[in-house]
Amino acid sequence: MATVTLDSIKKRFGPTEVIKGVSLDVADGEFIVIVGPSGCGKSTLLRMVAGLETISEGELRIGDRRANDLEPMDRDIAMVFQNYALYPHMSVAQNMGYGLKIAGLPKAEIAAKVQDAAKLLQLTELLDRKPRQLSGGQRQRVAMGRAIVRAPSVFLFDEPLSNLDAKLRVQMRLEIRELQAKLGITSLYVTHDQVEAMTMADRMIVMNAGRAEQIGTPLDVYERPATLFAAQFIGSPSMNVLEVEGREGALSVGDMRLPNPTGHSGPVMLGLRPEHLTPDPQGPIAMQVQLAEPLGANTLLHGKLPTGQGFTASLPGVHAVSHGGEALRLGIKPANMHLFDRATGMRLG
Amino acid sequence: MEKRVTFKGWFLPLCLIAPQVFISAVFFFYPAGQAVWQSLFIPDPFGLSSQFVGLGNFEYLLGDPYYRASFLTTAVFSTLVTLASMIPALFLAVMADRLVKSAGTYRTLLIWPYAVAPAIAGVLWMFMFNTRVGVVSWYLGQLGYDWNHVLNGAEAMGLVVAASAWGRISYNFLFFFAALQAVPRSIIEAAAIDGARFWRRFFTIVLPLLSPTTFFLLVVNIVYAFFETFGVIHTITAGGPQQSTTILVYKVFSDGFVSQDLGSSAAQSVILLVVVGLLTVLQFKYIEKRVHY
Repeated sequence: MATVTLDSIKKRFGPTEVIKGVSLDVADGEFIVIVGPSGCGKSTLLRMVAGLETISEGELRIGDRRANDLEPMDRDIAMVFQNYALYPHMSVAQNMGYGLKIAGLPKAEIAAKVQDAAKLLQLTELLDRKPRQLSGGQRQRVAMGRAIVRAPSVFLFDEPLSNLDAKLRVQMRLEIRELQAKLGITSLYVTHDQVEAMTMADRMIVMNAGRAEQIGTPLDVYERPATLFAAQFIGSPSMNVLEVEGREGALSVGDMRLPNPTGHSGPVMLGLRPEHLTPDPQGPIAMQVQLAEPLGANTLLHGKLPTGQGFTASLPGVHAVSHGGEALRLGIKPANMHLFDRATGMRLG
Repeated sequence: MEKRVTFKGWFLPLCLIAPQVFISAVFFFYPAGQAVWQSLFIPDPFGLSSQFVGLGNFEYLLGDPYYRASFLTTAVFSTLVTLASMIPALFLAVMADRLVKSAGTYRTLLIWPYAVAPAIAGVLWMFMFNTRVGVVSWYLGQLGYDWNHVLNGAEAMGLVVAASAWGRISYNFLFFFAALQAVPRSIIEAAAIDGARFWRRFFTIVLPLLSPTTFFLLVVNIVYAFFETFGVIHTITAGGPQQSTTILVYKVFSDGFVSQDLGSSAAQSVILLVVVGLLTVLQFKYIEKRVHY
């Protein structure tokens, strides 16, 4: 168990800077999720912590030690890879015991530790199988087991669930979280799936183009997104963003007038989450609904504003839409309106 | 899923396989048949008539100490050639695989020797080690070593092994290199995190993953050493000194075309044919279950 500290970590491949200075303090036992779209540098960041990529600039500390120049094996970490990276010619037990064998532990001790981990992950029956005889979920468990037996200070997960089907993913998500809570091992978890990020993280880092857009608890990020990118990336369906003109007491979009929660004037970006919109005959937002997606518990309405911009609302219950489209008026609480600077995308107010 | 082209009639498919059948018949089945037939006869010293002796040629061969010695020579030679061509090839492939800069250049240079024909490679090595004008033997002389593969059987063997293996390293390198590139990077990384250093990783993870390639190359190289090294041996030692480099294929040639003992030569070809057959069976048996893990 250990803390992990990233201090303005940068990564350059030749002249291109892919990680542009990320700082983060991870507390002992904390579960951090690094989330972002593909190519944002989240895997590179994790690989730098693992020691599989060199750190171009900045400092990495694991526990009290500076880890920049340590070999992966000396960092006291374990990693679970996206494709599991099991050794195909070894049995499950050999896969899990490989690290211990290299560390020179006596055979009996290795066998005992492997047995313990196997019991924890319900792999006892499978210990003699080869990886190719296992299903995706079982392979995933073996990869977890291989990480657990070494009792590392830090777990690193690189999109471990992305090769599983949706149902298994939900199940493994819970298992990983439970396991981590039980073992209390500091974890860094990379994913592109915002649902995983929301459900698993103690704190999450939203990354975009090599930068940490926001670091905070999932609800924090959801309720007070620091940037336009974080606002749009977290939440499903994603946030509606409108270019609005701020005036005294009001925000104007075309002919629509919305309340101005912060009093900012001039051109700003307004973010409205679809699930925060409510049907309101006196509401300021006029939407021409074109398509309804009934999800059972709620209905997604897709359509256009008078300005021609696409707009989505998520209303509770079933909401039928007549064939030719339908005009709908919507309202929103000022507390649920997010304003961002139009040039920098930073949150206002 | 298997994609198969199906034909309606039998005429077109027949035409399509005819060239291959024709070539096999003319250059393989016919000579093989002739060899089997001739192996049952002994020609007279002038080659004018021949006498049927049944399996006499085989009987004589199996009792002939020179022939049995040639079997041993072949075994030693092919083992050495296989090892000397595969181990350096694997080493070079591992090194080239680690390269970041100018990997392409190294790869190209390492593949070049394969383009040199065996006989030319043989002449090249013969000149380098020539006892009178050879560069290498001169330097060896300077170091106090008296190199003479014309008289020393062991040195002759060493030289033909080196000359045969040299060009072959490129071929093996190519296969090993491709196989190494196919090893998933994440498996190597997982092993690195598990604490295995480079050579430990190599022996416990990479080498087992290369085993299908290694086995394939083993068989191919043994077959190569058996049959395709004729040019090298012919140019460098002509089987000498004192038959110390006369492998089976070379003995077929020297007994048949130099000594004109066609019956014995044919019998040797038949024995070789059986050996090739066994090797092929072995190869197919293992390629069937190519994945060893």
